[in-house]
Amino acid sequence: MKCTYACGSREHLLARRTFLGHVAAGMGAAAGFGSFARRAVAAQLQQAQKRIIVIYLAGGVSQLESWDPKPGTDTGGPFRAIPTSVPGVNISELLPHTAGQMHRLALVRGINTNENDHGKGSYIMHTGRREDPAITYPHLGSLAAKYLAPEDGALPGYIHITPGGSGLGQQDAAFLGPKYGSVVLGNGQPPQNSVRPEQLSDTDDKLRNELRRRLNDRFVRRRRTAETEAYSYSYEQAAQLMQRRDVFDVTKEPPAELERYGAHDFGRHCLLARRLLEQGVTFVKVSHSNYDTHNENFNFHLEQLGEFDRTFATLIDDLHQRGMLDSTLVVVMSEFGRTPQINHLYGRDHWGTAWSVAMAGCGLHVGSVVGKTNDNGTAVVDREVNGGHLFHTYLRALGLDPAMELSVGGRPIPMADPEAAAIEELLA
Amino acid sequence: MTAPAEQTTDGAQAPVSAPSIDPAATHLVAELKHTSPLVSCRCDPTGTFVFAGAQDNTVRRWRFADGEQTALAGHNSWVRGLALHPAGQTLFTGGYDGRVIWWEAAAESPVPVRVIEAHAGWVRGIAVSPDGQTLATGGNDHRVRLWSATDGAPLSEFSGHASHVYAVAFHPTGAHLVSVDLKGVVKHWDLSTGAEARQLDASVLYKYDEGFRADIGGAESIAFSPDGGWLACGGTTNVTNAFAGVGNPVVALFDWQTGERRQVHGAKEAYNGVVRGLVFHAQGFLIGASGGGAGGYLLFWKPEEPTEFFQLKLANTARDVDLHPDGVRLAVPQFDGVLRVYSMTPV
Repeated sequence: MKCTYACGSREHLLARRTFLGHVAAGMGAAAGFGSFARRAVAAQLQQAQKRIIVIYLAGGVSQLESWDPKPGTDTGGPFRAIPTSVPGVNISELLPHTAGQMHRLALVRGINTNENDHGKGSYIMHTGRREDPAITYPHLGSLAAKYLAPEDGALPGYIHITPGGSGLGQQDAAFLGPKYGSVVLGNGQPPQNSVRPEQLSDTDDKLRNELRRRLNDRFVRRRRTAETEAYSYSYEQAAQLMQRRDVFDVTKEPPAELERYGAHDFGRHCLLARRLLEQGVTFVKVSHSNYDTHNENFNFHLEQLGEFDRTFATLIDDLHQRGMLDSTLVVVMSEFGRTPQINHLYGRDHWGTAWSVAMAGCGLHVGSVVGKTNDNGTAVVDREVNGGHLFHTYLRALGLDPAMELSVGGRPIPMADPEAAAIEELLA
Repeated sequence: MTAPAEQTTDGAQAPVSAPSIDPAATHLVAELKHTSPLVSCRCDPTGTFVFAGAQDNTVRRWRFADGEQTALAGHNSWVRGLALHPAGQTLFTGGYDGRVIWWEAAAESPVPVRVIEAHAGWVRGIAVSPDGQTLATGGNDHRVRLWSATDGAPLSEFSGHASHVYAVAFHPTGAHLVSVDLKGVVKHWDLSTGAEARQLDASVLYKYDEGFRADIGGAESIAFSPDGGWLACGGTTNVTNAFAGVGNPVVALFDWQTGERRQVHGAKEAYNGVVRGLVFHAQGFLIGASGGGAGGYLLFWKPEEPTEFFQLKLANTARDVDLHPDGVRLAVPQFDGVLRVYSMTPV
């Protein structure tokens, strides 16, 4: 969705903490929002230091090989369940290290998103809503970048670490404007072109940036759009990024840390994520590929969760040891789960009907399990929730009001789907 | 073709009469039904029973004569590894629970006689030495271990694989053991010295799928020819989409004497599948059972020809194959829970 500011909204002027600060102070700066902003309360200011890390198990991790095992049933597959640090809560034997951190995790086992398409499922899990031809909603990361990240932060508010491919994920921001999109670190590498060319002196660099600002300011006075603002913002942020490029260099971490996280891409990416969170980045998403196991589901989960398990457990333990877990929301999600039925290729297919998500941090009621599936995992039998409920829960844990209204072309849009509500059992 | 004395995959010699063998005439003669998908099978050297591992964690035993079915319960996971003592009295099962269990094969209601925790992680491969004295296992802990088949005592351990060990097999002389891993690394262990003698390259069975960032392949099946001249390792190759099972059935055939790969067997019409079971016939041809996106097939190859001289489309996806000691019948466990028995004789 193109975000033009010719609509009269002043939302673009009131980003991040500025937005929250103006609302809280009641200085009239939010006049353009009308009722949209009135729900924002001063308490939200206190949440500005909250951080989020999403571990996205791309392709759809099997709930039966992870959080909701059903050994000994017709759907259970070959893996057994093991006890965890929470008495009575068992998870797959593929997650022995994670099992030791279960007292710091919460499980939602009753998810029914009723969506088996990769793209649509991903959209639900990132936005808390089903796709709507009339409007595109922003991802959680973009909301975090706008409403939780420091306005004057030198680092992007939303960083996505992927196994490959780098660039900008501006579409994630939807109507919030492209500046709240993700900065994508392909294979955990620093943003491209963030090193000043050697032939360009510091003086020349400052002069050219000054010229750019003058020209840009003149242009903006006549024609201001979200794109021009993002363009300008990108330059400013790039300049700051160049100053702090080392933050993205995971090799600056001691070798022992790299070893603890695992000698593979996912290990390095999660260590980088911890490094970024420590440096003040508000939202980091780490994608681990791939779990779309229509074929050889069990061999591939052995391999992929073998990487995930120790790395994830190390990350959780580190966040706890560093005192960051209280202020950092951790979510392990996919676009859907996988079918209880095992197909003829030893695979499991797409399954949005009864699956699981793991969460931690931000004062969540850890050690808890919400929701239940039946004996062989084919249906939710207790406390069914969908992507909307999860999204409400994330926002509440972060101290944001899911009902806060955002303006889209003058139309008030609640931050989260009003048809859903938070999973209160998880909120302390 | 006629069938002389046969050697089973377990190394036993079984005298047989001489019915006319014609692979091109292979046809279904029996269906032995279970309610859970089957994953493995072996015939006992006496020709009385066939055993099959199932996805309900049991092993099923059927008596060929009347189809009587008996459940063997003892594992907490799937049993992909089955081996029978050459005399037929003992069944050894290797499970994805890491255990190896001894069973009295012909008991009315078999119960575990001995249980050992053989590997950390899955036991994928299991084999009994031709003299019946030694049991070999390979597992997800990258280890190959030898055990006394008599009392289960650990005898030795071979390390060196860097990925899951998918299959193990004794050379018919009993002097050598081979193990093959996920990446198609074939290790030849000299049992007289306990040392690695050489390494063969079956990497045609392996691929790292860059798109999905995952390893695909491994020796899903293995067989020595009865005379010990050939070693065959089966699996999948030409993988273009690991997670959708887009790859072709393949067998890497090695000249045991030289260690050279002499043939890469495939199907004339390349379809999606994995060779999950292999058995040599004493008449010199190789039989592979494949399963995958294209369904199930039996493929019959001559060592000198890359593609099959006959193929039979099966009713369902095949998970393994074994040759009955009569040298005529083939047992093929399938995804639909049915173990189908085929005869290589004219109807």
